[in-house]
Amino acid sequence: MKLLKEIFQEKKNLLSIFFTAGFPKLDDTTKIIHDLSENGVDFIEVGLPYSDPLADGTTIQDSSHRALQNGMNLDVVFEQLKSVKDTNKTPLVLMGYLNQLIKYGENKFCQAVQDCGMKTVIFPDLPMIEYENHYKALFEKYGITNVFLITPHTSEERIRKIDALTDAFIYVVASASITGAKGEISTEQIDYFKRIEAMNLKSKLVVGFGISDNKTFTTACNYADGAIIGSAFIKDLDKNGVEGISNFVSTVINA
Amino acid sequence: MKYQPTKEGYYGQFGGAFIPELLHPNVLELEDNYIKIIESKEFQDEYKALLKDYVGRPTPLYLAERLSEKYGATIYLKREDLNHTGAHKVNNTVGQILIAKKLGKTKIIAETGAGQHGVATATVCALMGLECIVFMGEKDIARQAPNVARMKMLGAKVVPALSGSKTLKDATNEAIRYWIQHPDSYYLIGSVVGPAPYPDMVARLQAIISEEMKWQLKEKTGKENPDTIIACVGGGSNAAGAFYHYLEDEEVGLVAVEAGGLGVDSGESAATSQLGQVGVIHGSKTILMQDEYGQITEPYSISAGLDYPGVGPLHAFLHETKRAQFLNATDDEALEAAFELTKLEGIIPALETAHALAVLSKIDLKKDQVIIINLSGRGDKDLETYMKHLKE
Repeated sequence: MKLLKEIFQEKKNLLSIFFTAGFPKLDDTTKIIHDLSENGVDFIEVGLPYSDPLADGTTIQDSSHRALQNGMNLDVVFEQLKSVKDTNKTPLVLMGYLNQLIKYGENKFCQAVQDCGMKTVIFPDLPMIEYENHYKALFEKYGITNVFLITPHTSEERIRKIDALTDAFIYVVASASITGAKGEISTEQIDYFKRIEAMNLKSKLVVGFGISDNKTFTTACNYADGAIIGSAFIKDLDKNGVEGISNFVSTVINA
Repeated sequence: MKYQPTKEGYYGQFGGAFIPELLHPNVLELEDNYIKIIESKEFQDEYKALLKDYVGRPTPLYLAERLSEKYGATIYLKREDLNHTGAHKVNNTVGQILIAKKLGKTKIIAETGAGQHGVATATVCALMGLECIVFMGEKDIARQAPNVARMKMLGAKVVPALSGSKTLKDATNEAIRYWIQHPDSYYLIGSVVGPAPYPDMVARLQAIISEEMKWQLKEKTGKENPDTIIACVGGGSNAAGAFYHYLEDEEVGLVAVEAGGLGVDSGESAATSQLGQVGVIHGSKTILMQDEYGQITEPYSISAGLDYPGVGPLHAFLHETKRAQFLNATDDEALEAAFELTKLEGIIPALETAHALAVLSKIDLKKDQVIIINLSGRGDKDLETYMKHLKE
């Protein structure tokens, strides 16, 4: 597996895709990673399905619910991810909720992430202060980097602090909303992207929330190093299954 | 002050503010201002005036003679059921609406289980002329119809939560998700749960209950301290209010009663302190019911207000330190206690409160022992359930 850092050095306008592990079928995880990778996706976010996903919209919430019904759990997903460790070259980022880490066992969880060859995690409900006080030391022990989210309401001071704290990218939440919000990128949002771009942060910037097609992807990439598509991909998976992956990715990259 | 939270909102290992970055500004704004506001003379004057003339406080501390006789102890009932809107919930909504106004907020959102908090929120929104949206589990909407009707009449929009168990936990998820999408709104949380500073803020606003208990009991008995205080716990706001001024008086026994549902080991229960482990729910670290992978499990209780898989962080701390004794009562025991109080004292309690009453038969009592039970709410909303179980 390549390092995220290498990918950021090699390319611009990176496309990242988020999917929920265990959806639409329990065993689709490895096939989805393979097909996304083959079709030119630069890095992949693997979502751990959670019963109470506060920061997700209904599309991802529903995919989580169905994945759990399919029998997905942390033991299964770590086994699946371990099985592609040696063949998959595309960096994987793990996204979950903090309660999963706490209950599974903080060291056991981090060890499993390491065993799968992954180095980057996102916990949308892990605030910076809790990270500094407790999780930073834990993650560093296992060589894991935490991604922080910023929003249009995050102060400059806070963004600078996040920039100093992380080794990965900064997840630029495109609007004050949960995932899957509809619509185009507004001039207000572009002003916000420009403001962040002008801060000349050391971290790479990846835009997420509300990116759904070639147009929104391309617009976001004008102001950031890449963008993440989640809900739109989940919807496509639900409609067309894993067979539709190649088509979905190509419409985003080469519309 | 062992039982007060730290600056970061921690009670021992429990508490904190585990919120997505999107909510950081809202929570920070509240954290920076709530103590200043609550402790200001202006707020205290307005809050106390509303409690007195609008809510109807102080609520009586009533010596329940026939109940006392039956159980062989001196039992007082703190009559929160006599508050306007019929439960303790309004103490908190009156306080928070004043805080929301001082912060310049115009749109209020809330979650509700039994509907008492929803009604109390809709009421203060009507009073202040503010927009109100209440999230309520679809299942709770069905079983608490009178409260849904009241909220609608008060001008609130009631939004059904359709996910998960379709109860309080899911209503809370929906409220938080709405809050994330509408950061301009004020989230008026109804219990001592959620990210810091909510647990402390709500506890301070409910503390009026124990503040009154102290002088009322002194007036009646010459002593401020009872031997034992009993209160039911879902999230735990009425218990936090009843315990608040007694927390540091360790000779006062505190009993928290959870909903045992069909029995703690039946798989259909909401007895969090018995079935839960440490985790994060709705923005705070506490104990919660979950499976081995951290998926939050669906609680069960006949009472919509206790049907919650967690407890507030203060209660998790009281449980861990053994400052409070955590007991539970099953659906059947609660129903029986509700019929008993009605028959002995002519008071129909809320199903939630009935759980607190049900432990009277489970604890050792002495004749001169002074007990206060926090009668958190009235049972009108539960009549349909009571009728189903009424033996002619």
